Amino acid sequence: MESYAAKKKVVQAVIHVILICASITMIVPFAWMLLTAFKTISESTSVNPFIIFPSSWNLANFKSVWKSYNFFYLYKNTLLMIFFRVVCAVLTATMAGYAFGRLKFPGKNFLFSLVLIQMMVPGQIFIIPQYIMVSNLHGLNTIFGLVFPGMVTAFGTFLLKTGYQGLPKDLEEAAGIDGCNIGQKFLLIMAPLTRSAMVSLGIFTAVFAFKDLMWPMIVASNASSTTLSAGLAKMQGQFSNNYPELMAAALMACLPMIVLYLIFQKQFIEGIATSGGKL
Amino acid sequence: MSAPKTTRKKMTKAEKNEAIWGLAFVAPTMIGLIVLNFYPIFYTVYQSFCKTGNFGIGNVFVGFDNYSKVLQSGEFWGSLVNTFKYAIIEVPFSVVFALILAVFLNRKIAFRGGYRTIFFLPMVAAPAAVAMVWKFLYNQKFGLLNHLFGTDIAWVSDSRVAWIAIAIIGVWSIVGYNMILFISGLQEIPHDYYEAADIDGATGISQFFYITIPLLSPTLFFILQTRIIGALQVFDLIYMVMDNTNQALKSVQTVVYLFYDYAFTKANRGYGAAIVMVMLVIILGITKLLQASEKKWVFYN
Repeated sequence: MESYAAKKKVVQAVIHVILICASITMIVPFAWMLLTAFKTISESTSVNPFIIFPSSWNLANFKSVWKSYNFFYLYKNTLLMIFFRVVCAVLTATMAGYAFGRLKFPGKNFLFSLVLIQMMVPGQIFIIPQYIMVSNLHGLNTIFGLVFPGMVTAFGTFLLKTGYQGLPKDLEEAAGIDGCNIGQKFLLIMAPLTRSAMVSLGIFTAVFAFKDLMWPMIVASNASSTTLSAGLAKMQGQFSNNYPELMAAALMACLPMIVLYLIFQKQFIEGIATSGGKL
Repeated sequence: MSAPKTTRKKMTKAEKNEAIWGLAFVAPTMIGLIVLNFYPIFYTVYQSFCKTGNFGIGNVFVGFDNYSKVLQSGEFWGSLVNTFKYAIIEVPFSVVFALILAVFLNRKIAFRGGYRTIFFLPMVAAPAAVAMVWKFLYNQKFGLLNHLFGTDIAWVSDSRVAWIAIAIIGVWSIVGYNMILFISGLQEIPHDYYEAADIDGATGISQFFYITIPLLSPTLFFILQTRIIGALQVFDLIYMVMDNTNQALKSVQTVVYLFYDYAFTKANRGYGAAIVMVMLVIILGITKLLQASEKKWVFYN
């Protein structure tokens, strides 16, 4: 019995060692971003001696990036894009998910098969025509252009449909007797019950909109009308050797999402994992 | 469906009412999908048969011209090989590491939540930012990696290692996500299976191969499928890490990178559309193969 307990302890220790090594690997890039963001250029490129910690912790690089790169606009554009995409996605997907999950109507199977087909097709196939449409609508370098491809969501519809199908049938029947019409039943009874699926879809939409690089590069090429991701790509092209400022910019771009993640961890992990990317 | 005799029954008032609500509710999504996704599919097909005219001139129909150019281009086949090379590293390593981490974190172990938070962190960071810091870590002269390992490797400009260096960033970025999916799969396996195996005296490792893996196979399949298809569409990392003056670019650029380059940097949309159509065929083919293999090794019960 004693040897069993001892063996268990060794196993635990080995597991911790592995997990700690993995954690260090995950943290080092972020730590390096943070440390470099406070360094001077010469500190960041010094080899002999190799400098790990900056000599002073001042915000000079952050201030300089904030000014020279219109960071205020990058935050504003990203925030507005995320806001409108989340609102549109959650609203349309909740309605469509309810109809596909609970109602009978002609053409239902056919329409739902379109939803499934959209999820199977690689997204790049939509991009050229979407760009042409945005361009024709004079939407280049606008928030509308950034939001455009995310106004509806096949994946969200699928997710919410599954959510509605899982709800017990008698709820609705009871409401029907009380004289609610379908719209009232949806708004007052059914929609509130799928709140967690809506939150998941909202977080999923927000995170993926935030991370997207190709679309904002295509439709928002002006430095003051683009998003954080695409803004970083622009900056890197312009001063490729000023690592402290680049790292300050990268950190400023990531920080809001990381802070939100640390606060709402459970919702973030559930949102991104239950959504599971595309089908 | 409850109309076995009369094929078309007149709808009752309630059924009609329900049909109207249903159609109204799906209308925004369906109109959106048709405008934003289905019309574009047909347009991209059409575009792939056209040469993009210069300013003021519209598309000129050229038949299979773009396709024959794509299929005869060494650059395209090279990018396809690069894409598969990337996937061959990213997919297996990110899946195996994630499975190991998930099995550890599925036990009663201290700081479980903390580890999970850390591993998942890259999922909420912008790939553009992640790629920037990795590019700096990989810097041959003053990067942290060469300093730590005492090496002098040109991680991202030597074509022999650049594709591996890029794939390492890919593994780092996605392993936490795969891990979370594995953990939720593991939690669905009932404990009695392991208790029974304990009584039979099965070791931890044989339990892993005879209980965990088969019961986890639906999750494993899902992750493999999403990862393979995701890896075949990699773009951000290549775009951010490889400058267009980098001599190793040719040995790393992927199909989607090539698509972006032709369709948007070089404004040759017809050629870009043909690239994306060929990619569509490849991805749908792989999806079919995966689904055929699903029946052979995935256990649903």
